[in-house]
Amino acid sequence: MSNRYLKEKGIESLLFASGAVAVIALFLLCIFLFRDGILLFSEYPINSFLTATKWYPTAEPAHFGILPLFLGSVIVTIGAVIFSVPLGIAVAIYISELASPKISNVLKPVTEILAGIPSVVYGFFGLVILVPIIQNTLELPTGQTALTGSIMLGIMALPTIISISEDAISSVPRTLKEGSLALGSTKWQTIYKVTVPASLSGISAAVMLGIGRAIGETMTVMMVTGNSAVIPGFPSGLFAPVRTMTATIALEMGEVPQGSDHFHALFAIGSVLFITTFIINIIANYVKKRYRFNL
Amino acid sequence: MFSNAKLNEKIAFTLLKIATGMVVAFVMVILYYIISNGYSVINLEFITSMPRNRMTEGGIFPAIMGTAYLIVGSMAVALPLGILSAIYLNEYAQSGRTTWAIEMAISNLAGTPSVVFGLFGLALFVKYLGFGPSLISASLTLALLILPVIIRASQEALLTVPKEYREASLALGVTKWETIRRVVLPAAIPGMITGAILSIGRVAGETAPILLTGAAYFLPRMPDSIYSQFMALPYHLYVLATSGTNIAQTRPLQYGTALVLLIIVLCVNIVAVSIRSHYRNKIKR
Repeated sequence: MSNRYLKEKGIESLLFASGAVAVIALFLLCIFLFRDGILLFSEYPINSFLTATKWYPTAEPAHFGILPLFLGSVIVTIGAVIFSVPLGIAVAIYISELASPKISNVLKPVTEILAGIPSVVYGFFGLVILVPIIQNTLELPTGQTALTGSIMLGIMALPTIISISEDAISSVPRTLKEGSLALGSTKWQTIYKVTVPASLSGISAAVMLGIGRAIGETMTVMMVTGNSAVIPGFPSGLFAPVRTMTATIALEMGEVPQGSDHFHALFAIGSVLFITTFIINIIANYVKKRYRFNL
Repeated sequence: MFSNAKLNEKIAFTLLKIATGMVVAFVMVILYYIISNGYSVINLEFITSMPRNRMTEGGIFPAIMGTAYLIVGSMAVALPLGILSAIYLNEYAQSGRTTWAIEMAISNLAGTPSVVFGLFGLALFVKYLGFGPSLISASLTLALLILPVIIRASQEALLTVPKEYREASLALGVTKWETIRRVVLPAAIPGMITGAILSIGRVAGETAPILLTGAAYFLPRMPDSIYSQFMALPYHLYVLATSGTNIAQTRPLQYGTALVLLIIVLCVNIVAVSIRSHYRNKIKR
């Protein structure tokens, strides 16, 4: 009997250890990311890193201003959000409220395919197909612009926004909708006055996670946005090349000597990126929990 | 007034349908371009031979094998860890601070950009642990990247197992672990497999993390150990499309590589979805 008890306890400890791996991984990730990032600030003032407007990592003296890269990420993400949020929510409403089971059984795998296509394939498609289209229709000197990145990122953020909003909309209790319909509202009035407001917390969480996805995307933006590190105007910057934080890390890491200031600057960018997505995640979790239906 | 509301409804529903149609069209257009341009490139030689003549000719065999090694390596680590950790969270953990911390860590890991995982892998595995840019560094990095996906999928699978199964077994005097092993796990395995298969697609397609932890620009041979560099499909596509020796001339090779990658990912998705629906139908009966 005690043998059996020991075995049970042993297994429970093993399972606990596996559960703890996620926490340990996150902890180590913070340490290793910040450790190499902070080393930059022994050579280069943190104020200049955060506020300087130039990213000239190989100039003499080098400039490591994150601002153009941060704003590059922001403008591409804003563009993606403007495009994908209304579209994603519309599709989510359609799937959960209007489509027959047969049609939604087709639509769900379609969004899963959209989620499954690798980012480098999106980037390749954007580079070969969308870049020339943007260049020719808008008569720009180059088609590799923030707008191109926004469109591709918007498409990539769609599955996240659709599936999470759809979950939220489907979880609205039927009694709420039936009450509204019984009062003589049309189906559409019920959707936009009852169902959507009732699922707003889930939809907001979906939007936040979509933003997180867009801001952290690397390969696609790197292949279609032209990667020039200048502070983008708004909205004029949409039609010019930009460089995001993610693209900078991926593009430059291969060329820098390990342990140099430039190397540490890329880790500092990674830290800023991590903190940004961390905050976005926490907000998304908070809104999701805060307003959940307790029925 | 009434007819106005009806009219509004008609307009709104039409817009919703157009939006949905647009999203379906995106998928179709992307698939169409890659498939129609890529299929003529793919043949046995393309899949089984080395790149030749500075990657302007030949096949993508080492890239396919590299991606296969990455899948095996990262799944070998992430799958057992993910399943065990899901079992802990769903079957053992009491809701409290520890559980909250684990759940929190999982959802934040899931939202962390892949390029940040790349930096982490570079700092920890490549530099600190001294594995160098290698298959093992990249596999471990990808394992951490997919760990949240596998945990979440396994948790969902465990949730679908009815409580009565556990109670019936416990009531017979079977211990908790024996109950989980003989009763809960067999019922949850298909759902867990689905999650695992979907993360294979993720491993096959990720580029940024392996770019920082060991993928080689060009390496016309197989990796000879877990400590050697490797080629991989997504990075190979990136290299050909943006920095190859002759980008315009190698466009067919790029389409071919993109299609092979797409086929792998789509097959993985189809297998996962059909396992899931097969299993769901079984439960209904």
